[in-house]
Amino acid sequence: YIHKQSDLNERTCVEPNTSLADGNPMPNSPDSMVNQFRLDEENEEEQQGAINKDIFVTVDNPESHISAIETFITYRVVTRTTCSEFDSSEYEVRRRYQDFLWLKSRLEENYPTLIIHPLPEKFVMKSMVERFNDDFIETRRKALHRFLNRIADHPILSCSHHFKVFLTEEELAPHRKLGPGFLSRMSETMRAMANSVRGLRSKLEEFAVMQEYVDDFSNKMCSVDKVTNRIIKEHREYMDELKQYGPTYFQWAESEELLAEPLKGVGSCVERCSKETEEQIQHLSEVLVPTLHEYVLCADTLKAVMRRRDNIQAEFEAKNEALASRTTDKEMVDDLADRVEQANNALRGDWSRWRTSMRADLKSAFISTAAKNVDYYEKVSLTYCPSSLYAVCLQTSRTLASWFFRAALLPHRC
Amino acid sequence: MRIASSADSSSNNSRSQMIMADSGSSDEVAVICNTDITSTESENNLINTMVERGTALLKKMEISVAEADKRTGKNTVNMQETYTVYLIETRPAESVSEEGTPAAPDTLWRRYSEFELLRTYLLVTYPYIIVPPLPEKRAEFVWHKLSADNLDPDFVERRRVGLENFLLRLASHPVLSNDNIFFLFLTEEKGWREAVLETGFQDKADSRLKSLSAMFRVKNPDKRFTALKHYSEDLSTVISQLLRIRARVADRLYGVYKVHANYGRVFSEWSAIEKEMGDGLQSAGHHMDTYAASIDDILEEEEHYADQLKEYLFYTEAVRSVCRKHELIQYELEMAAQDLSYKKQQKEELETGTVRIFSLKGMTSKLFGQETQEQRESKVAALEQSIQEGEDALKEKNAESQEFVEKAWNDIERFNEQKEKDLREALISYAIMQISMCKKGIQVWSNAKECFNKM
Repeated sequence: YIHKQSDLNERTCVEPNTSLADGNPMPNSPDSMVNQFRLDEENEEEQQGAINKDIFVTVDNPESHISAIETFITYRVVTRTTCSEFDSSEYEVRRRYQDFLWLKSRLEENYPTLIIHPLPEKFVMKSMVERFNDDFIETRRKALHRFLNRIADHPILSCSHHFKVFLTEEELAPHRKLGPGFLSRMSETMRAMANSVRGLRSKLEEFAVMQEYVDDFSNKMCSVDKVTNRIIKEHREYMDELKQYGPTYFQWAESEELLAEPLKGVGSCVERCSKETEEQIQHLSEVLVPTLHEYVLCADTLKAVMRRRDNIQAEFEAKNEALASRTTDKEMVDDLADRVEQANNALRGDWSRWRTSMRADLKSAFISTAAKNVDYYEKVSLTYCPSSLYAVCLQTSRTLASWFFRAALLPHRC
Repeated sequence: MRIASSADSSSNNSRSQMIMADSGSSDEVAVICNTDITSTESENNLINTMVERGTALLKKMEISVAEADKRTGKNTVNMQETYTVYLIETRPAESVSEEGTPAAPDTLWRRYSEFELLRTYLLVTYPYIIVPPLPEKRAEFVWHKLSADNLDPDFVERRRVGLENFLLRLASHPVLSNDNIFFLFLTEEKGWREAVLETGFQDKADSRLKSLSAMFRVKNPDKRFTALKHYSEDLSTVISQLLRIRARVADRLYGVYKVHANYGRVFSEWSAIEKEMGDGLQSAGHHMDTYAASIDDILEEEEHYADQLKEYLFYTEAVRSVCRKHELIQYELEMAAQDLSYKKQQKEELETGTVRIFSLKGMTSKLFGQETQEQRESKVAALEQSIQEGEDALKEKNAESQEFVEKAWNDIERFNEQKEKDLREALISYAIMQISMCKKGIQVWSNAKECFNKM
């Protein structure tokens, strides 16, 4: 990242440079910090690791607050940091969902073309989940945790003043009143509308390609998300039937003598299979679904980022035109030109960063899912495996035991 | 189902008879017996291999239902109908022509209704035998993929296998395999129907039908038969339930697998817009397609298991009808004994002049005067005749009953052993099927994981 001086002026915290090998933090000058952040495509992934994380955030301990007016949940946010920008090395505050929303919109305002990890969605009435349902709260808590950590990992966002305030101030309310808020949001929307009417003069090829990708990516993520949810539904229905299937074998075993053993054997295998399916569903719900869901939301974030970038360019172009009719001055146009370049660079840099983490996140989630499925089949295979049934065969007749093996090799004959 | 040991001796006899009959050709024993086994195990083996070694009939010929075909013709109400016929092939056992290839089989075509006729004939002619059931007429316990249409090729194929199974069951039955009508069924295409009708079994069939539907109560029911009847009712209920749920489980499993094909489609589309991730996604998508497609074969195989269970579901009906037949015989026996004792009592009354049993005749004679000595003597004589006939009838009924019970329990024991073996085998092959399905799953998802690794 090539910082403009203005960006660096926003804060002066020193990011210690730590090589992963020795683990000893060493203070750096701002200049060397800039060099460190210089975009280097080949070592990008290495750099990500080399940029040492010095802010560690956890989100936990949801509690409900009941007041006369409303009921809401707050989460405990604990921060441990070695960053010198922070007065203390440890903070603990309580935040509610609205506070997270505030942080996100502040960050979006200050860094319009950076890609900010999505927040979990607001509670929507039509989804069948109760607002204070334990699963819902837990899912939300995990997503909030990821949200803050992604910001803490981000080389630029982690230096945000609002981020620091969010993590450290006991009461957020006074800070929420200050600063641009509703009005600036309003004007941004109006500007966006005006600009969409006028259209962009020329869009750089790279951003047109990016836009196309974002649209496609959004479609694909929605599809994958949908398919995954259907798979979970089918698994659930299968499991429900298995729960009725197993007991029938036990019921049959009650009226049999010699057949009771193998019948009970198969019955318990079916029961085991049903338990494993339950675990499989849980794994999908906890690993793949949240990841996919976040990237569906990411796609929307990307679309918003592209829109904001377009707006910035449109504003510049508008003022640039106005130069000719002398309704504006060169200085303003230059400022806007700078803004455009800044925005484009920020986006470029963050784009490849985002692509890398997207790839890593989705790859890891799919690998985990595939591994769980292998594990599922291995466990089920083992439960049906001869140890119980073979021993039963061997007890009654060796012929039967050899039948067991023959049957495995030959096609069925009456 | 445990059989009372009193029947063991008779079954041992029949078994040893069996052994004597076959002792000439021990080289036909199936090669699955161990040599170092105990005597109980060897007895088990003999029973198991009886089917392998076969009855006299099976030693003579190989039987199979090789093909199915469609025919059209006019039915009884003179309307065109399409029906399926099945090709029965019989071949002398161990027949090899000069070139070393097996000799051409004798063949004939039969339709399902002829199989039904054969079975009805056997039911009537051997009421003490648990006659093997036919495969179902209409597809039941289906899950959504299978069509319930009788002309559906999958259904026809499974029915072909079921009919072959039926014939082999008959051919390996110690009693039924010797029946001539059965033999003609396998060998005489024309004129078989007439031959069946000529046996006059139809009359017996009608009376059998009557007896099966009649309501009567037996005073001293045979405990063993009662237990057997209840067992077969329980078995029928539980297997029906099992088959119903299994069909639903199969349906759901189908859904799980098939929905993964969507991953295949989406991954493929997604890979088109990605650079580094493209290859990994694309090949993972292919594995998802493979996974989705694999369920068809898996469930097809599972149908065999369902068919094995269905056979025993239908067998319970045959068991129940043997029990019912026994009830009828028992009832008739009781009636005969009751009738005899009534007549004896009447005679005693007439001889001693006492009226123990209230009868209209007795009353009227008291009211309107006694009979003459002559009249009384002729009545007594007539009664004595009747009593003699009654005693003969009772003896006959007793003999009939005993014979029925002996033959029936013979077959019930044989059936129970067959059932234990077959169902045990079915459960084991079900387990093997599940293991095989899991192995496929492990393969596919391991491959997919590799592909995801390359993303």
